[in-house]
Amino acid sequence: MKCFSRYLPYIFRPPNTILSSSCHTEADIISTVEFNHTGELLATGDKGGRVVIFQREQESKNQVHRRGEYNVYSTFQSHEPEFDYLKSLEIEEKINKIRWLPQQNAAYFLLSTNDKTVKLWKVSERDKRPEGYNLKDEEGRLRDPATITTLRVPVLRPMDLMVEATPRRVFANAHTYHINSISVNSDYETYMSADDLRINLWNFEITNQSFNIVDIKPANMEELTEVITAAEFHPHHCNTFVYSSSKGTIRLCDMRASALCDRHTKFFEEPEDPSNRSFFSEIISSISDVKFSHSGRCIMTRDYLTVKVWDLNMENRPVETYQVHDYLRSKLCSLYENDCIFDKFECVWNGSDSVIMTGSYNNFFRMFDRNTKRDVTLEASRENSKPRAILKPRKVCVGGKRRKDEISVDSLDFSKKILHTAWHPSENIIAVAATNNLYIFQDKVN
Amino acid sequence: MDRATHCPGPSMSQKQEEENPTEETGEEKQDTQEKEGVLPEKAEEAKLKAKYPSLGQKPGGSDFLMKRLQKGQKYFDSGDYNMAKAKMKNKQLPSAGPDKNLVTGDHIPTPQDLPQRKSSLVTSKLAGGQVE
Repeated sequence: MKCFSRYLPYIFRPPNTILSSSCHTEADIISTVEFNHTGELLATGDKGGRVVIFQREQESKNQVHRRGEYNVYSTFQSHEPEFDYLKSLEIEEKINKIRWLPQQNAAYFLLSTNDKTVKLWKVSERDKRPEGYNLKDEEGRLRDPATITTLRVPVLRPMDLMVEATPRRVFANAHTYHINSISVNSDYETYMSADDLRINLWNFEITNQSFNIVDIKPANMEELTEVITAAEFHPHHCNTFVYSSSKGTIRLCDMRASALCDRHTKFFEEPEDPSNRSFFSEIISSISDVKFSHSGRCIMTRDYLTVKVWDLNMENRPVETYQVHDYLRSKLCSLYENDCIFDKFECVWNGSDSVIMTGSYNNFFRMFDRNTKRDVTLEASRENSKPRAILKPRKVCVGGKRRKDEISVDSLDFSKKILHTAWHPSENIIAVAATNNLYIFQDKVN
Repeated sequence: MDRATHCPGPSMSQKQEEENPTEETGEEKQDTQEKEGVLPEKAEEAKLKAKYPSLGQKPGGSDFLMKRLQKGQKYFDSGDYNMAKAKMKNKQLPSAGPDKNLVTGDHIPTPQDLPQRKSSLVTSKLAGGQVE
């Protein structure tokens, strides 16, 4: 058991929690996972347009050995399927992204978006109910005023906890193309939404207007060469944001420079050896996710085969490159044919920016420790997760002799892809979405 | 227990111990480990071109992007649809054609092509409390 610590300082305990649907429909496929700023809440969005929020239970003195588990807190239908008759466009209800707002009062706020519409949801608790109205009886029916002879003051009585989710704002009709990212600004007053060609800046209070801050649509669509794939605000500097492209480049923009940030402040691109260029080069260089580190000094990008860490002060190449599943390089032809080459994997930082995590196929996910340079492959699967045991590292073998515990590249299940993962902001708790199943792993401590 | 780091093939942990390649790019790694002189990527490209000779010379260009931008587009003409339904009894329909990248008006929808009615909105099973 001890040898697992060789890979990473953390040893993940297989879940006390696997939340799943045994026979799932396409609507149950989880499409986004996000912890809130304290890690107390975990939100998931799915293809059916629904949001499920889990809350970590408070650790009680009675159950010290069990770390706080996540239980269902609230669930609601965020988006519904629509059809734009004017454009003959089917609008999926799939939740592309969820982003939490920092908590400012007793209620929780989150943004959820599908391809076209962003919504601000308020999630609040109600645990008291007023009783003793004068004009209404206990069932809520109006009383005949003639029968009222005395007055009483209604009192608040405790009731069973009810968690309500209400849509507070709907930000619609601002995107011609499909929204891929939303990001809350550090000023907590604005946020941005990005689609394939444009990025808009919103104020939370105003739903009928947004500022366009990036527009890369060419005058002639035949000249289209790249699209925006992801965008995010800097964690501390409210004027700075980055966006990534399908050509593997990242642009950093400063909103103080001009109203329309078509001209970047910084341009991050790794030079490519032209002799290595192939049909697949551009496709696999397309960045599927970009994330600022918590410190704000680095960004991490995910393309099809690698995860890269860039220092904001160095534009000409990444400072670190990690191979996620390089063995797929010899499978690109079939991955192109089954469209897997277009899969959009996300990547996440841990709270201290020392470890990064991303998903792969066969329900594998990978972690890279930036300090020790160690990496590990873990699997999110029911069979390999017995309670109180420890997650075993997995190994993929390429040709040659395959050892007992290893799996060969040809046996990988490409329908089991882990695209979405999340890391608790301060603790070693990770959430991994494997198709319709949500795995929550906690670090073993004791 | 076996030291799994010594698996033959491009094992990442092993490489990191040996070559300190944290700053190596994917393509450079390819060079160092390929002995035949043919990059796997190029071999895969040859395979693809052999299967689809008409594949455009400009990869990752306009075609892919236009397809991506047009996701969700569903055209429907009730006249075409009813004609096609009538014709279906007799002979084969014209297929979509080699250029699937752009949705043109040529593809006549058949009953099978029409999107299935979405299932009724039900609560997510994740919220059903199935915890293991």
